[in-house]
Amino acid sequence: MRLAEPVLTAHVTEPNAHTLERYLEWGGYQAMLKALAQAPGEVIETVKQSGLRGRGGAGFPTGMKWGFVPKDVARPKYLCVNADESEPGTFKDHLLMERNPHLLFEGSVIACHSIGAKVAYIYIRGEFYHVQRVLEAELAKAYAEGYLGKNIRGTGVDCDIYVHRGAGAYEAGEESALLESLEGKRAQPRLRPPFPAVVGLYGCPTIINNVETIANVPLIFEKGPEWFASIGPEKNSGPKLYCISGHVARPGVYETSMDVTLRELVYDFAGGMKDGRALKAIIPGGSSVNVLTPDALDAQASFDGLVKAGSMLGSAAMMVMDETTDMVWLAANLTHFYKHESCGKCTPCREGSDWMYKVLQKILRGEGQLRDIDLLLSIADQIGGKTLCPFGDAEIAPVVSTIQHFRHEYEHYIREGRSLVPRAPWRGSGSLAHAH
Amino acid sequence: MTFHPAMPYGTPDWHKSARKLADEGPPFEFTPENRRKLDEILTRYPADRRRSALLPALYLVQDQQGYVSGHAMTHVAEIIGCSRADVEDVVSYYVMFFTKPVGRHVLGVCRTLSCALNGAERLTEAIAGKLGIAPGETDPTGEFTLIEMECLGACDRAPVIMVNNEYWHECQGADDVDRLLETLRTRGVAGLTGCHHVKEK
Ligand SMILES: Cc1cc2nc3c(=O)[nH]c(=O)nc-3n(C[C@H](O)[C@H](O)[C@H](O)COP(=O)(O)O)c2cc1C
Ligand code: FES
Repeated sequence: MRLAEPVLTAHVTEPNAHTLERYLEWGGYQAMLKALAQAPGEVIETVKQSGLRGRGGAGFPTGMKWGFVPKDVARPKYLCVNADESEPGTFKDHLLMERNPHLLFEGSVIACHSIGAKVAYIYIRGEFYHVQRVLEAELAKAYAEGYLGKNIRGTGVDCDIYVHRGAGAYEAGEESALLESLEGKRAQPRLRPPFPAVVGLYGCPTIINNVETIANVPLIFEKGPEWFASIGPEKNSGPKLYCISGHVARPGVYETSMDVTLRELVYDFAGGMKDGRALKAIIPGGSSVNVLTPDALDAQASFDGLVKAGSMLGSAAMMVMDETTDMVWLAANLTHFYKHESCGKCTPCREGSDWMYKVLQKILRGEGQLRDIDLLLSIADQIGGKTLCPFGDAEIAPVVSTIQHFRHEYEHYIREGRSLVPRAPWRGSGSLAHAH
Repeated sequence: MTFHPAMPYGTPDWHKSARKLADEGPPFEFTPENRRKLDEILTRYPADRRRSALLPALYLVQDQQGYVSGHAMTHVAEIIGCSRADVEDVVSYYVMFFTKPVGRHVLGVCRTLSCALNGAERLTEAIAGKLGIAPGETDPTGEFTLIEMECLGACDRAPVIMVNNEYWHECQGADDVDRLLETLRTRGVAGLTGCHHVKEK
């Protein structure tokens, strides 16, 4: 069933939507009280029934993840809300936290109750200082009204939520690197197993969930797991936020269900292409997933639908490119991102991203050779699957998939010494062509 | 030695690793107010996990002094109870800590794909041209530092600029640069658009 109307973002454009007062008017915190009346095992069972899958990138079933937390250990347990939102193209958690923060708090308390945690940390990216201020002001109100803290609304449940601000590191969004960062270290991934659900923050069992995942939890208790499971295709249930940016007429966050197609997202929700130019390519799930061509427009924008189409839903960040886009330049732009953000722990990722960037720059300068295309693929092959976290797989996606779909553009660059696509008006003059 | 036979790994051009030592800077101690703030922040973490307060402590240093100096790292290490090397390790990793003095306004222009598709390259070139500096530099008056940032998480308002790690300016074209610089010079960050979500309040 198609989602009839927005639920996560129902009120976000209304005045003071972020305040506790308005949230309570709209029936806020009732789902939490319902869930706190249930035993933790029952709560997990309900979330499993809903079919909720994580919105952070991998689509892992949330109820199942919560079930991995051992019940018989005396150590404290933790919830870490992943609000790092650094995947290029993604800006949905930004909207949710700024305009609907209490939904996140409510979901966090339910999650904590289900796993036996008394503390949740919201790890927010350093660049979201303005969001942190909203969260902290609203947290204070929720504490004052007894929706957080000791003995929440007389239920006997205790739960504290703190906001922890990162300091600019994409890798801090990777769950084990997030824990390292929260412990005051470099955001570098840990070797797994053990998985965080068993050995996580401070060596204690820890659940890490994306903001949007947690924000969905109260809806499951408010409207029932059957309702949730009925929204969207089977195994891809519930409301979903899509971030659409790039060359579209109306970039923004759109809420629907995962039976939506890429075509609907681009042409109906986002108003079609900007300035009437033709669509050339879509990256459907953030920069870490494969580029698709207009052939894939009828693919379902669900976890499973986009895998079938040869890409991934990832963070549901659609970056849309029109015909003026030079795809070799695009690969270099994103490879710059990965080379800049590689945490440096694994050699293939650290050195490989830099190598790929240098080879791409060489092609862009008109100094490439045909064998550089195979060299790029061979470097990529040495990175993919050979690193501690999926960053390595992510950084090769833009290079490998642009070569797969637009190899002729690489070849043209190499043969003619310049791009097949005339320099777009939105591009710079190249006067700052960086060596960094 | 190289793990990829075609790559000249280990030669200076193709090897990235480099270590920069921090400037010691002037003597540093937290103001009583910042020290109180840090003590409050420390209560959010288990008593034996003081190091969790390291990033917040470094933000307080930067609020107080504008950048994180060597002396400040030593001071923070003493309060947190870790080594100076631990602090340096962290400072050098995260992009939002400055290790040398910066201009009164640090303009962080997003350079990642969605902003680039909407003119970020032209925007950066225009700012650099007006100020006569390259990204990473501060203009001679000490008013502006220009840096490039990676995706700021507001790609629907491309191109986006973050000022002083805290303030936002959205939908900036190359043609808006004169006005932006003039506004910052005369009115400071109060003249920025802010995040559009905040305005919807
Ligand atoms: C390099 C990298 C960056 C990531 N960044 C984020 C992020 O910014 N936000 C997020 O929620 N998940 C991010 N993830 C995914 C997390 O590791 C983790 O899978 C997710 O937070 C789990 O939450 P979920 O089960 O609710 O989806 C990232 C993963 C990798 C490999
Ligand atoms: S690409 Fe600039 S904010 Fe995302």
